[in-house]
Parts: sequence; structure tokens; C-alpha cells
Amino acid sequence: MNRPANKIVIVGAGECGARAAFALREKGYEGDITLIGAEPHLPYERPPLSKEGLAGQLDPKYVADAERYEAAGIQVLTDAAVQAIDRGAKTVRISDGRDLSYNRLLLATGASPRPFPGHSPTSSLVRVLRTHAEAAAIRLKLAPGKLLAIIGGGFIGLELASTARKFGAEVVLLEGLPRVLSRGVPEEIAAVVAERHRLEGVDIRCNARIADIEERGEKVEIDLDDGGILIADLVVVGIGAIPNTALAEAAGLAIDNGIAVDETLCTSDPDIFAAGDCCSFPLGHYDGRRIRLEAWRNAQDQGTLAAANLLGAAETIASVPWFWSDQYDLTLQIAGLADGAVLTVQRDLGDGAFILFHLDASGRLISASGIGTGNAIARDIRLAEMLIAAGKRPDPQALGSTDIKLKALLAA
Amino acid sequence: MSGNWIEVCAADEIDEEDVIRFDHDGRTFAVYRSPDDEYFATDGLCTHEHIHLADGLVMDDIIECPKHNGRFNYKTGQANGAPVCVNLKTYPVKVEAGSVFIALV
Repeated sequence: MNRPANKIVIVGAGECGARAAFALREKGYEGDITLIGAEPHLPYERPPLSKEGLAGQLDPKYVADAERYEAAGIQVLTDAAVQAIDRGAKTVRISDGRDLSYNRLLLATGASPRPFPGHSPTSSLVRVLRTHAEAAAIRLKLAPGKLLAIIGGGFIGLELASTARKFGAEVVLLEGLPRVLSRGVPEEIAAVVAERHRLEGVDIRCNARIADIEERGEKVEIDLDDGGILIADLVVVGIGAIPNTALAEAAGLAIDNGIAVDETLCTSDPDIFAAGDCCSFPLGHYDGRRIRLEAWRNAQDQGTLAAANLLGAAETIASVPWFWSDQYDLTLQIAGLADGAVLTVQRDLGDGAFILFHLDASGRLISASGIGTGNAIARDIRLAEMLIAAGKRPDPQALGSTDIKLKALLAA
Repeated sequence: MSGNWIEVCAADEIDEEDVIRFDHDGRTFAVYRSPDDEYFATDGLCTHEHIHLADGLVMDDIIECPKHNGRFNYKTGQANGAPVCVNLKTYPVKVEAGSVFIALV
């Protein structure tokens, strides 16, 4: 039997790591907590970086200020990279050469943007967007008369396009597939998003094939397979992210599209847990299917769950995947996973806002996706999430009828 | 209580276990009816990113922000964990002659 946790090290000072650190104290843990982050800042919220946070604030939006870490007795090491884990000695080697010992370790190492093949992710003209520093550098290039080329029509690319238009920059968005948001967003909702971007002046080009990207002085030339040439002032690549698994892999932990954890977030080493973007986990609501999520709410939920389990609670993952995106005054929210849906029901909420409910062959609600201005769809998506978590098989007609409150279906 | 009582709406305009938005004199409030048929009021905007709480979901004595699911106890204003850490201000409420009033202090 292991000793109880008294020395906890958290590798990765993002939303997930920070949440775990505070949750440990909320659960009454009184031992040491060291939170180690590679960036110069205290943990901050990443979602604003492609949205209002790009507006050029000097500071990121912090998860908590320095006083709160101090009051909670959480030691935060910034600008510190963890270079290795010695599982035998139970230590982590940090970049200043020190070894820190742990008796429980949490890996919340996040994910890194996938670079464009053949291009350094650190070029000043062909960038990625994941950190406050990257957002600040991108912001400097967004102005009337400047052309921003975005590669990838996912959430990051589209949110950045929306923000760039606010600053008056011209935007061309290149998507390799036939439509934007093809990963996880229904076609009807993606169409609303794409149409809004067109109205705002974003030039979305689907089925785009990039032959070459070449930096020429202060400009970047993008050659397309169809013979087209774009001369951009900045290129931002948003083609997904890769989980940061190198540290875990070198330590011999099991890897499977991320650091492989069980339903309690435990890795193949019983004293090491992983949470957030970096890990893949079995999802109980969906037949134990192994997935990895890159999402803010998941980072929080798993940070909290990891804290409980670092202390021996052995609680299992119970939350339903949930995502949101803001573009212009539109908000899109998705709860659950729609793979395997055989029936889709639409619920119209007025002013163009609508929700699509996806049911599987047994009639179980497995996903809901909605779009509308402001927070028009938020309450019903939240209720849908609760219906999904409860394994409900609601009457499809009721889902489509706004005369029937979703809350009533939850009680049924 | 030296508040200035302001009429919000008819008591039956708020469903049980629900919330409405109430704007008055350049300020915005959220006014709640609990599952036990009691009425409460708080500032209208979430302390995390200033989103209207009245678009959120009421569950028992909790209001959940529609944007990022920050939770508050609307009876006490207590912030109930991440991402919110700043409490909501609450206001006295009374029901008289079938109408809901809040006291602005």
C-alpha cells in the first residue's frame, strides 16, 4: 500500500493543472503542491486568445492571481520545463537542473499546434496560435491593408478570422476539406458559420490544396495547386493539435493518441495521473470509447477529477464532452458526440437560433449542437447535456417542439 | 432595510426554478423563483466574463452561467467554484399584491 499523497507535483500550468492544484486544497489536502509551467506567466485562460484576448492586452486573463496561489500554499514554477521523469526515484528533472521529488504526479502537459508540414512553428510570418505570446505577435499584424491567410477551417482558424475582421485585416481562409468545421460540427451549423464569415468579408476557400509556402522578405507567398497565388502579410496555421506526450513516453508510460489513462485518469503507473488535452481516456457514456478532448471545460473537469484521485478517491469520468465557439455575435455550443446518430431533430428557438439533437438507433440522445446569437441556445444545450448524461431516450417530437421545456424531459 | 423598492414583474411571470433578466436605471439584475416558490435577486452579470445570468439554467438554489458554467448560489450570491471566484451581490426581494419587488441598495 502506498503512502498517502503528501508531495504532489503537477507538470503543466494551464487551465487543467491550475484547476487541479486548487481542487486539491478544496478537498482538504495539506501536503506540498508544486505546479510547473514552461511559459513565463501564471496559468491563464487560452480560449480568449483567438477572441477578445487577441485585442492586445498586456496581460493574459489569469486563472487566478499570485495572491491566491500564495494563500492556497501552491508553489508555482514558471519558465520551467520538465525534462525527465525518473519513476524509480520518483523525481522530475527541471530545466534549472534541480530534481523535485513526488509521491503523486499529475501530467497536464496539454497539446501543441500541429505545424504546417515542412515549416518551423516558430517562424515570424508563418505562425500558430496557442500562447499569449503568439496571440500578441499575431495581433501586431492585424490592420487594414494587411492580408491574413489562415490555414484550417476549425475553431481556432474561424475565431481568429472573426477577430481579424474586427481589426480590419483582409482574411483568406484555406480549408482542405469540402466544408469548414468538418470535425464534430453538423453541416447545417457549419453552413451558418461559413455564411456569416462570407457576409463579414472573409474569403473562405474549401477544397484548397497548398503546393508551397515561401517566405519572401516581409511577405509570405502561398502557391495553390489550382495555380492560384496568395501574397499574405501573415499566415496562421490552425490544423489541429498534437498531445504533448514526449515526457510520458520517455518515462515508459503507455501512449495511445495521448497519454493513455483509465476511467480514473490513472496512467500505466499507479502514482502518475494525466488529465486534459494530453490524455486519451475511455468515455463511459459512449460505450467506453477511447477519446481525447481538446477543450476548456474538459481541462477543468479532469483537473478536478484528477485532484480527487491523486488523493485516492478512485472516482470515474462522468462528464459529457462540451465545446463552445464564439465568432462575431454568434455562439455555437456542442454537447456529446454525434458519431452513430441515426436520427436528427431540429428545435428552432427564434431569431435564426436552432439546436440539432442527435439520437442513436436505440433512441438515446447522444449529442446536441446549437448556434445562435448571444446565449440563445445555452440553456437548452445545458439541459441536453444533462439528458445525455442521464442516458435519456426523449420523445423526438418533444425535442423539436419549443412548447415543451427540456427541463420537463429531464424529469420524465 | 432602507432600500428603494422597485417593481419587477407579476409573480407568475417567473416560472418555478427559473430566472428572468430585469434592467433598471442602467443596471441589470437577475430575479429568481426557487423550486420552493421563494423569490431572490442578484446582480445580472456573471463575475467571470460579464454574461447575463438570466440566460442560464436554474437548478435548485444554483444559477449556472450560460457561457462557461460558472455557478452561484442565487440565495446567498456565493460563487461555487471554477471558473468563478468572485461572489454575486444579492438584493432583498418581496412579493406584494401578486407583484415582485426588489430593493436597490
